[in-house]
Amino acid sequence: MKYIEPHAHMVSRTTDDYEKLAMAGCAAICEPAFWAGFDRSSPAGFFDYYRQLTDYEPKRAAKYGIPHFCWLCINPKEAEDAGFAREVMSIIPEFLDKPTVLGIGEIGLNKNTRSELAIFEEHVQLALDRDLPILIHTPHLEDKRKGTRLILDSLATFSALDRGKVIIDHVEEHTIGAVLDAGYWAGMTLYPESKCTPNRAIDMLECYANEQLWLNSACDWGVSDPLAVVKCGLEMRKRHYSPDAIEKILFGNPLRFLSQSPRFVI
Amino acid sequence: MPTKQQILDLHFMDARCKLIDLAAFLDRVERHDGEADFRFTALQKAIPILLSDLPSRAKAILDALSDESTEPIERATIQGAFGAPR
Repeated sequence: MKYIEPHAHMVSRTTDDYEKLAMAGCAAICEPAFWAGFDRSSPAGFFDYYRQLTDYEPKRAAKYGIPHFCWLCINPKEAEDAGFAREVMSIIPEFLDKPTVLGIGEIGLNKNTRSELAIFEEHVQLALDRDLPILIHTPHLEDKRKGTRLILDSLATFSALDRGKVIIDHVEEHTIGAVLDAGYWAGMTLYPESKCTPNRAIDMLECYANEQLWLNSACDWGVSDPLAVVKCGLEMRKRHYSPDAIEKILFGNPLRFLSQSPRFVI
Repeated sequence: MPTKQQILDLHFMDARCKLIDLAAFLDRVERHDGEADFRFTALQKAIPILLSDLPSRAKAILDALSDESTEPIERATIQGAFGAPR
């Protein structure tokens, strides 16, 4: 099954997972910068992480024939200390011209604090200044609806923003409508316990019949499944989707969004 | 698109399994000593939505398990989330 994994944290995965993804038909992987599961102690820790995302990880993926791209930022979980976050942000520009960097992400909110919101808006401005696409993380569980609303309200103040170059990820049934109605792309994350199951994601595809949706596994160091996207494709097959319809969602839609970066060539 | 019958053929056993698991979870919490917390209360409030005739029960349950506040908070005291508002 030909598909794109548009959101995977491969630095947290084993090389065996690259082999599984290659065998499953994965045509490209995109890796947003995120939290390591613990707070890094210095901006130098982020410098090394950006080196890993822009240099080491593409080489590891290439061994399995998979093009690897990334998004850069300081994630919202580490944006509570705004001074620290700005120090980290100051090193991002030197990585933005690397050949596999697609844009700014995954920025967003975690606990919906004022500091997180300020750093989020500074990232949006950085993306605008560089004309880069944006990938946005929405908060977890009980914080998601409020955080999504705060993000949408904030984005509405950026009049120069091209809504079609922004994807708001981890939507669920209570947030997808507002995201799509505002003109943004929406990402559905397939997790075993939180976010979406494959069948809930397919339900949303049916209810929203929108061209601006993608599916991802967001696999990381936590409870997650690097093959979640292709397994969702199998569920779509069980629900009578044609191979062409499945490929449109799993490959065509992410290809259309990601191709807004001239660096996304597969 | 599959018919209702085909959807039942595909997903009834999975839904049955999850429903029994939920019932067993409620039994388990009640059987053990101590006090339940806000998460259990939130779940108890959300369960009747299953039997409502709302057009999107999944959305309604997610809404019921969401923080109702609208303003950003001053500072985060934790990094994680619980699954239900305090």
